[in-house]
Amino acid sequence: MSVPAQAAAAPRSFQEIILRLQSYWAAQGCAVLQPYDMEVGAGTFHPATTLRSLGSKPWAAAYVQPSRRPTDGRYGENPNRLQHYYQYQVIIKPSPSNLQELYLGSLQAIGIDMALHDIRFVEDDWESPTLGAWGLGWEVWCDGMEVSQFTYFQQVGGHDCRPVSGELTYGLERLAMYVLGVDHVMDMPFNDPSAPIPLTYGDIFRQTEEEYSRHNFDGADTAQLLRHFEDAEAECQRLLDFPAEDPKTGKKIIMAHPAYDQTIKASHLFNLLDARGVISVTERQAYIGRVRALAKKCADAFRLTEAGADA
Amino acid sequence: MADLLIELFSEEIPARMQARAREDLKSLVTNGLVEAGLTYAGAGAFSTPRRLVLTLDGLSAESRPVREERKGPRTDAPAAALEGFLRSTGLTKDQLEVRDDKKAQVYFAVIEKPGRAAPAIIAEVLEHAIRNFPWPKSMRWGSGNLRWVRPLQSILCILTDEAGAQVVPMSVDGIVAGNTTAGHRFLSQGRFAVNNFDDYAVKLKRAFVVLDSAEREAAIWQGAQNLAFAAGMDVVPDAGLLTEVAGLVEWPVPLMGRIADAFLHLPAEVLQTSMREHQKFFSVKNPKTGRIEGFVTVANTDPADHGATILKGNQKVLSARLSDAKFFWENDLRVAKAGMQEWLDGLKAVTFHNKLGSQADRIARIAALAREIAPLVGADADVAEMAAKLAKADLRSSMVGEFPELQGLMGMYYAREAGLPEAVALAARDHYSPLGPTDSVPTDPVSVAVALADKIDTLTGFWAIDEKPTGSKDPFALRRAALGVIRLVLGSRSRLNIRQVLSRGFDEVRFEKMIAEGRSESALFAYPSELLGTTTAAFKDALNEFGRLETLRSIKELLAFIGGKFGPFVEGQARLDFLASTVHFQRLCDGLFAESDLLSFFHDRLKVFLKDQGIRHDVIDACLAMPGNDDLTLLVNRATALAAFLKTEDGPNLLQGYKRANTILTQAEQKDGVEYSFGADVKFAETDEERALFAALDAAEAAITPAMAKEDFAAAMTAMATLRAPIDAFFTAVQVNADNEIIRRNRLNLLHRIRTICSGVADLTKIEG
Repeated sequence: MSVPAQAAAAPRSFQEIILRLQSYWAAQGCAVLQPYDMEVGAGTFHPATTLRSLGSKPWAAAYVQPSRRPTDGRYGENPNRLQHYYQYQVIIKPSPSNLQELYLGSLQAIGIDMALHDIRFVEDDWESPTLGAWGLGWEVWCDGMEVSQFTYFQQVGGHDCRPVSGELTYGLERLAMYVLGVDHVMDMPFNDPSAPIPLTYGDIFRQTEEEYSRHNFDGADTAQLLRHFEDAEAECQRLLDFPAEDPKTGKKIIMAHPAYDQTIKASHLFNLLDARGVISVTERQAYIGRVRALAKKCADAFRLTEAGADA
Repeated sequence: MADLLIELFSEEIPARMQARAREDLKSLVTNGLVEAGLTYAGAGAFSTPRRLVLTLDGLSAESRPVREERKGPRTDAPAAALEGFLRSTGLTKDQLEVRDDKKAQVYFAVIEKPGRAAPAIIAEVLEHAIRNFPWPKSMRWGSGNLRWVRPLQSILCILTDEAGAQVVPMSVDGIVAGNTTAGHRFLSQGRFAVNNFDDYAVKLKRAFVVLDSAEREAAIWQGAQNLAFAAGMDVVPDAGLLTEVAGLVEWPVPLMGRIADAFLHLPAEVLQTSMREHQKFFSVKNPKTGRIEGFVTVANTDPADHGATILKGNQKVLSARLSDAKFFWENDLRVAKAGMQEWLDGLKAVTFHNKLGSQADRIARIAALAREIAPLVGADADVAEMAAKLAKADLRSSMVGEFPELQGLMGMYYAREAGLPEAVALAARDHYSPLGPTDSVPTDPVSVAVALADKIDTLTGFWAIDEKPTGSKDPFALRRAALGVIRLVLGSRSRLNIRQVLSRGFDEVRFEKMIAEGRSESALFAYPSELLGTTTAAFKDALNEFGRLETLRSIKELLAFIGGKFGPFVEGQARLDFLASTVHFQRLCDGLFAESDLLSFFHDRLKVFLKDQGIRHDVIDACLAMPGNDDLTLLVNRATALAAFLKTEDGPNLLQGYKRANTILTQAEQKDGVEYSFGADVKFAETDEERALFAALDAAEAAITPAMAKEDFAAAMTAMATLRAPIDAFFTAVQVNADNEIIRRNRLNLLHRIRTICSGVADLTKIEG
């Protein structure tokens, strides 16, 4: 893996930044995965990160993950806040000793010139109460702007990470707005501005931000969400309660991933309920605890599978 | 003699941990080396975001040899004893010596530890230091098991003497020590070798690293001031921020920018907090306008465009941040000007403590209390009540939601903007004070009333639910609250009766507690509230009359017994009423126990407070034993005067005379079974000394009584001091227990006058010595 010596030319669009990150991390040997096909709050929820950071098998993946934070909806009006946005996620296990350099290389690849900008690693410990996970690392600043989260996972789903995974999370819109010099996210060119049909971020997402903001704050049926939360919780448990041996194939097949899907679902439903304002301060902790309990059980189950075992 | 240089090079160390880490590295390594028998002349420790460095000079080349002799068991002792000795010494039987010791033969172990060369010791000590480093938080990385604050990348460890530098052979988890390091992450390329500390520091500087954090701080501060000065502005000093920023950069380059006009009207603290917390910017003030108009950011690089790009980026981030702040400010102003009701309603939904209700419940209690305290501290009751109701409203404001450290301060701004009285605005800002022993105490009477009510509610509340501080645990900062009350009372020279105020606080809070507990047994609380008031008063009277908690404890037990025994036989509503009353009385008893307990907690805190002011605990006890001990101002005045008196020459001597008089009198009273309190008569006096004492007591009493009435303790003590010589002379010349019973009784009665006069000032029997 080699790191480019100097910054590439400035990109012209949001998608060009994504494409450059994809090819950069592909060149560094990562499997370039596709987004997980479920609603998640952050790239970390993708099983390629949560589950694959467990066990001793080496792993290297990079992917874009559409992420949803219902409470952050601002009807498309706030220049930086969205209820649906993109994260770029890199996860490498064991964390390579030059991960910081590799990361800085990715900034060069998207046109950030280290000779002109001020890059800083500022202490920021990461913790996900819903995933029972924590790690130490930094938020990375470029000229005072937080552009990434850099974490060495210590624990996930209550399990010690051995070896440790290095995780990089880029907030794509914010990073791209900075690189492209755009002040309002909706004004950002999504494809090339000189394309026959140039599209801005707003052309694609302004209307959906409005629709989902209304949905998240006022539309979603809370009684139904509560029911679905209970269902997901029960289903997760039910799937994990199956005996390991599948009577049809005679193989050991633990349904860790399907059970984990239910955890993701429960987590998103909780976020929606939170946005609807029906969860009190005291209940909040209890809900988070229930999602964490599921995440832990899925982690326990995954550790019993081939992909999650110790070699 | 040699010089040692150690550098532990890692990924970025959190700024807040660096100072402590320098000291820890120094003490771990130097202690380890000294314990192993090496000596050194001097030590220096340094840190940058990426390195921890230790340099030692004048280190000895090897440790002194050590010879140790240990006596073992007798040769005829059981085999197990010998085995144990061999295990503990690590020797075999034939390595032991047998010596004659008194009548028996005894095994001796002679252990000779030869001197060891410094490198071997350093390697051991450094590895131990790395593996046991007390980071506040540490982590693993990659496939290794080593823990460090962030991945440890290289170790430089060299020993330099006249012959040159040598690498100390060592490795930790595969990281092999060498003689090379790297410079600045962006401004320097590759690794380079160093020979000694001076060489290291010089080469680092050439590689764009300023090693010494103090030098970086000085450079940042100087640079920032120069930039501001050139623009006719001043940097606002911030020592904490300076240290933090110096821990974020290896090559500091300060850059100054302007805050956009649209944000200049925001309160200075909002600008400062936003810039400091989010961006680590220094604030720059325009002395002509008195406003914060600019900022200084410190880059960790020196770019070709002199920072134009970096500054532009930072400015953009700041504008986004301040847009948020401006939005919060404007939004909050709308609520404030409409009377803050939206926030007050919002506080109903915020739980203060699940047994003590919501923030709104708490505010209602504080407001009621502030109203009662107000006249005692010279504040208007209506204004104090209004101030208390609004003082915490800002907790629901957007700005405080974003910057919790601005609580109170925003309340002040919003109260002013809403056109409320200035006293209300100040109370919002100051009612949290004093926060620590050195924090200033509010002076405005309304602020004092609200601050007292706030703290007394906290104390009585947590006492009522039995969440008292224990040992080192004080999660609700109750010791601080009690000290705050003491300082507020003393600072305002208020004469409020602390027992009554606490009692009032308990009245407020007990309802909350009962309601909270009653939720699960709600039927029980159909208890008429008038009756509640009269029974509470009756219980308090009973307590004051008996003066004994024990009595109350027995009553409570009796009630529990009655409730348990007879409850089951009563039916229907009568049964509920019956249970309600027994449960209620038991709760009332608990409340009174808590009240008495909290008062003694106050006295303990007062002792700690006065001890810090140099007043001995026995002096405080002597004053606590006097009536009026629930008036803190009186108590402290008395203690201060007594402490001063005991420092004079007359003080301890008078004390001796008093104690002697008291002892003789007490013994006689015990022997005779009577109290000698009838007036002594001068006509039975036989000696001049006796007559002189009569005269002196008359004179002292004439001075002390009016002084005490005016609470002029210093004057009372001065008058008491005049008794010293006559009392001394009396005891030298006169034998109290005379044969003549009339004369003896008269003298004992005279001693009683000494006791009465002196103990009216303080309970001198409590004074030690």
